[in-house]
Amino acid sequence: MSAVAASSGPAGSSITTKVVIYGLLALFAVFYLLPLFVMVITSFKTLDEIREGNMLALPHNPTVEPWLAAWGSACVGLTCAGIKGYFWNSISMVVPAVAISTLLGALNGYVLTKWRFPGHKWVFGLMLFACFIPFQTVLIPMARILGLIGLADSIPGLVLVHVVYGLGFTTLFFRNYYEAFPNELIRAAQMDGASFFQIFRRILLPSSGPIIVVTVIFQFTNVWNDFLFGASFTSGANAPMTVALNNLVNTSTGVREYNVHMAAAMIAALPTLIVYVLAGRYFVRGLMAGAVKG
Amino acid sequence: MAFLEITGLRKRFGALEILKGIDLTLDRGGFLVLVGPSGCGKSTLLSTIAGLETISEGTISIAGEVVNDRHPSKRDIAMVFQSYALYPNMSVAQNIAFGLEMRGVPKPERDKAVAEVAKMLQIEHLLNRKPGQLSGGQRQRVAMGRALVRNPRVFLFDEPLSNLDAKLRVDMRTEIKRLHQKTGATIVYVTHDQIEAMTLATKIAVLKDGELQQVGTPSEIYNRPANLFVADFMGSPAMNLISAKVVNGGNSKGLSLSRHGGEPIVLPLSGALGVIAGQEGREVILGVRPEAITDPDGADRGATAVEMLNCFVDVVEPAGADTYVVTTLGGKEVVARMRADASIQPGQTTPFAFNLDKAVLFDPSTGQRL
Repeated sequence: MSAVAASSGPAGSSITTKVVIYGLLALFAVFYLLPLFVMVITSFKTLDEIREGNMLALPHNPTVEPWLAAWGSACVGLTCAGIKGYFWNSISMVVPAVAISTLLGALNGYVLTKWRFPGHKWVFGLMLFACFIPFQTVLIPMARILGLIGLADSIPGLVLVHVVYGLGFTTLFFRNYYEAFPNELIRAAQMDGASFFQIFRRILLPSSGPIIVVTVIFQFTNVWNDFLFGASFTSGANAPMTVALNNLVNTSTGVREYNVHMAAAMIAALPTLIVYVLAGRYFVRGLMAGAVKG
Repeated sequence: MAFLEITGLRKRFGALEILKGIDLTLDRGGFLVLVGPSGCGKSTLLSTIAGLETISEGTISIAGEVVNDRHPSKRDIAMVFQSYALYPNMSVAQNIAFGLEMRGVPKPERDKAVAEVAKMLQIEHLLNRKPGQLSGGQRQRVAMGRALVRNPRVFLFDEPLSNLDAKLRVDMRTEIKRLHQKTGATIVYVTHDQIEAMTLATKIAVLKDGELQQVGTPSEIYNRPANLFVADFMGSPAMNLISAKVVNGGNSKGLSLSRHGGEPIVLPLSGALGVIAGQEGREVILGVRPEAITDPDGADRGATAVEMLNCFVDVVEPAGADTYVVTTLGGKEVVARMRADASIQPGQTTPFAFNLDKAVLFDPSTGQRL
């Protein structure tokens, strides 16, 4: 009898535990998903339907008009050509910014772990320090420098700003990853006659898949979502997506087209989402398996 | 002139001196094993030969050329690392060919060289696999293949067998020995395993705290250790090192070993003990290998000075081929190696045969052999 009680006791309580855990998880999921849900359904509704006032109701006659309008004809400030131009601005900013900062971060990490020089700890410490500098502090000096080198109010200027600001983080990621990379592999490659860059390109980079994915996701999200630098260093047609979205929503003439605003916000959020979904698949573990004893 | 020559080599990290003046030579085709306890500097010494560590003083020359300031890849040396250090992103074939590729050897020649080495090491069926898909022994072979394919002037092995399990280690040891005999390569090999050192080497260098203790052939190191450290380090079970005193009083004339609960044992100064004849009162340390203390029937018939002495048996440890018998002499446990079928029981007093031809004597204050 006691044996039965003892065996049924924990089993019963584990069911209760599961119910509580999954119940709470479901609650939080709903809490976080609800705004997204409202955004998505609103973006497919007509303005009239939105005015009926039931935010959570599914659209009666779904339409993609708001999406098309947001992309091609909505008014941002005084021009009414949608957000597509700004979307490409953001793309042409984010791709080089992410690529360059990731590559330089990897190179920094490589040097700071495998080619140590006197004072390497100081250099790394200062780069780490860069991670904690608030955006606002660098605005004015950065504006001055962009002006001096003739990159003010331009996408290349923003690329430079994001590369400089992202370098602290990417260096940190790669340094910590390469710290655990076996030194014997580097020594073996040296004896095999590989040069500094050959070791980097042939040995280190091919083994850096996971950390590259992490860095790319992190940098892409940060650069894409940045508003402050975009708003401070660019204007008009050179602004990135986030700034345009703000301008679109704040354009005060005429009716407030909530459906178009929601569609534009969704378009602005999609790329980061896509990067998560695509890159997340390459989060493969065990790339290092077999390099050293196992 | 020796093929590999190291003179007055010193290596300092800041104020800390790791290698304190190493002089070593190795002839072409020789197999030098650097052996010593952890932290003795043997791996650092190997790295300096490889060029992966700079040296503070001294010279290293290969085939008469000083290579001190030459980049590792320009020394024509290949190294097998303790962790194998195979490139995880490349296949076995690419791993082996990488060094050739970096030296600009054209693809067809590379393929041919890889195929030859793979055949020699019997890893042809593994060429397309990644290191992650290989077992420890296979990785070891690939690591050796990567060194062999370049046909370098000197091979360096840094504790290559320490990550393998016991049985595989013995197999690979034989393999390395066979490889050395077949290729006639010049090899410098680091290990902390004295059995590996004994079986592989044509020349052994024993290191301790960055100083060479003794350099010699395996039999010199084993039979005539230069000091107490070498005597104790080489051999398993270790050499028995017994405190003793030269006495000359009436009928007890010779080397006296104290024995608990009884009269001291006195060994006559015959065989190797002749060197201390007439030095009455001198304290010495007597070194006798376990196999030089046997049961009377197992004694070496060719020996000129075998002494039978009755000793008290403390412990008997059968080990299959032999039986180790422990007694106490000079206040220390002394291990004797007896035949497996010798009928010996603990607690009994039985005759032990001491082969004094094989005995060595050390000065207790300096630790040097007399």
